[in-house]
Amino acid sequence: MTINVRPARTAAEEAIAAALEASITAEAGQGRIPEVRRAARDAFLSHGLPSRRVEEWKYTDLRAAVRDFPNCAPAPGAMEEAEAAPLVPSLPNAGRILFVNGVLSRAGSDFAALSEGVTALPLDAAIAAGDPLADRINALSPSRYDGPLALNTGFLGEGVALRVDAGVKAARPVHIAHAFPGVEAVAGFTRTVVVVGAGAEVTLVETFAGRDGVAYQSNHAVELVVGDGAIVNLVRIQEEGDAAFHFGTLMLELGREAKLNLFALAQGAALARYNVYGRFEGTGAHAGIRGATLARGRQHSDTTLVIDHAVAGGESRELFKTVLADESHGVFQGKIVVRRAAQKTDGRMMSQSLLLSDRAEMDNKPELEIFADDVQCGHGATAGALDRSMLFYLRSRGLPEKEAEMLLIQAFLGEAVEYVEDADLRDLLIERISGWLEKRAV
Amino acid sequence: MLEIRNLHARIGENEILKGLDLTIPDGEVHAIMGPNGSGKSTLSYVLSGKPDYEVTDGSVSFDGADLLALDADARAAAGVFLAFQYPIEIPGVANMTFLRAAMNAQRKARGEEEISTPDFLKLVRAKAPDLGISQDMLRRGVNVGFSGGEKKRNEILQMALLEPKLCILDETDSGLDIDALKVVAHGVNALRSPKRSMLVITHYQRLLDHIVPDVVHVMHKGRIVRSGGKELALELEESGYAAYAQDAA
Repeated sequence: MTINVRPARTAAEEAIAAALEASITAEAGQGRIPEVRRAARDAFLSHGLPSRRVEEWKYTDLRAAVRDFPNCAPAPGAMEEAEAAPLVPSLPNAGRILFVNGVLSRAGSDFAALSEGVTALPLDAAIAAGDPLADRINALSPSRYDGPLALNTGFLGEGVALRVDAGVKAARPVHIAHAFPGVEAVAGFTRTVVVVGAGAEVTLVETFAGRDGVAYQSNHAVELVVGDGAIVNLVRIQEEGDAAFHFGTLMLELGREAKLNLFALAQGAALARYNVYGRFEGTGAHAGIRGATLARGRQHSDTTLVIDHAVAGGESRELFKTVLADESHGVFQGKIVVRRAAQKTDGRMMSQSLLLSDRAEMDNKPELEIFADDVQCGHGATAGALDRSMLFYLRSRGLPEKEAEMLLIQAFLGEAVEYVEDADLRDLLIERISGWLEKRAV
Repeated sequence: MLEIRNLHARIGENEILKGLDLTIPDGEVHAIMGPNGSGKSTLSYVLSGKPDYEVTDGSVSFDGADLLALDADARAAAGVFLAFQYPIEIPGVANMTFLRAAMNAQRKARGEEEISTPDFLKLVRAKAPDLGISQDMLRRGVNVGFSGGEKKRNEILQMALLEPKLCILDETDSGLDIDALKVVAHGVNALRSPKRSMLVITHYQRLLDHIVPDVVHVMHKGRIVRSGGKELALELEESGYAAYAQDAA
């Protein structure tokens, strides 16, 4: 028996519903976009913000956590763009697309200067031009209701559409940078659609940063199609301001023998959730999905994966490392689905966490749903404190306590970071992690 | 150099050191022998500042300073080095990174300049080959995948780089075959100097054929019960610890 009783809407839900309505009324978009947005709005109106009563949100209760809803920001001016600059990690070799407060900064983006064979269009321009990329919008959305993603779709308008032509090995990474520099809280929604042609290869970097102390809401979804035999390296660096809400979604489709190598670093926001929906659509594809989460104070950081092996011979490797200090709360949920046709699937998932305080909390929820009979799937989770004998060994050689701890934490995270193949990006990740650790050690 | 007076220490409720007295003058090598459970390793841990041990009475003076008032890292910077009986494996921290971090941490604590990369590399290249430490062992995680002998040699390399004033060798011979023992002993002997003292803890006389001590102490039930010259080790090899064990019963 299912009783579907919607509790009364919270103030935040009322505000979101009103803002959605206003946004769609003001400018619904072109082509099929208004319909897509209205459907998302309707879904939000009937489901609202997910609470802990919803299985996937048991550990991250948005209904309780999200108390209000700020306005969406107008297009950035010169001042906002100047303030955004220090929030964008420097990647000298990359072509950059910049969003400030969730709105595309045309001045800060290098649409014309990307690698040969790589095309980027502002999302609205792609829609207006009837570019085939626009047809991909919302094509990979999961059937099950996902609150933050519904809002991302409901507010759809800002974003970028990227195409890597078949066979092209992009010479330079594409850096999609998000900055929230304002003193006033805003809500920002962007949608990125990426189609990587057969046999192509590209490196994408997403970065997120914002002003501390401002309760802005940062919500970004990526739809990524990796064509047959294509290779995508995706590095994500989430360093939102310490009062922010961060919602990230990756919807991924892997073609035959396609390969994704993802690394997600999460060390910002008061509350963050990164949701990955990966689907193996072609045989023999490989997904390496790894990450590091660092949290302190009362930060809450959630990574949730749903990996769907729909066809045979797919291989997935998930490794997530979490370091929790103070009263922070980490969540890892990983679900691997192996459908009846997906024989010879090989999936391995591991979540390891290091608790630096006895008030920190880690929740791990691995799930395997296997319908095929000839598969190898495994999962594991560990949680523990820093090894005391290692700490003493280091200290007996003269390393002060904090330095010894840092070395051990870096080593712990290093086991995941080492999967990032690009040396510059690996160095950047190590630098960001060290920065976090040094701040903590003060 | 080292002066231990009436040292009492326990781990949990279990008192292990029960009024230990020991003095090691500058430049001398002292050996401590004794049956299992006599408190030899505990002494090494208490001297190097392992947090699990609680000193309940007594004093330890190191070059005139109160050693027990210092944290483990400060003791290391002051010149105390413990070669572990079971060196710890630290995956993910490259041996080189570790060696350099240790050297620089100690220099920093003493108010000295950090060592430059070329100087550090030069130093390691000068010391590692004599101890049979390969480039691969320097690149790997600290002690990760090292054999028992390699771990002990890596301890001696650290000792050679850090140049401590007091070297405490805890059962450095355990798990070594005779060839490995000779390499380790040679490394230790190369570090003997009038300004450096050593405390060699061992169960067997064998090690003392290669690292010849100035004084041998017998430890039993948490105290030094007998001291003598190097011939005492030979005597113990003959008679064993039975006399002390009977005393215990």
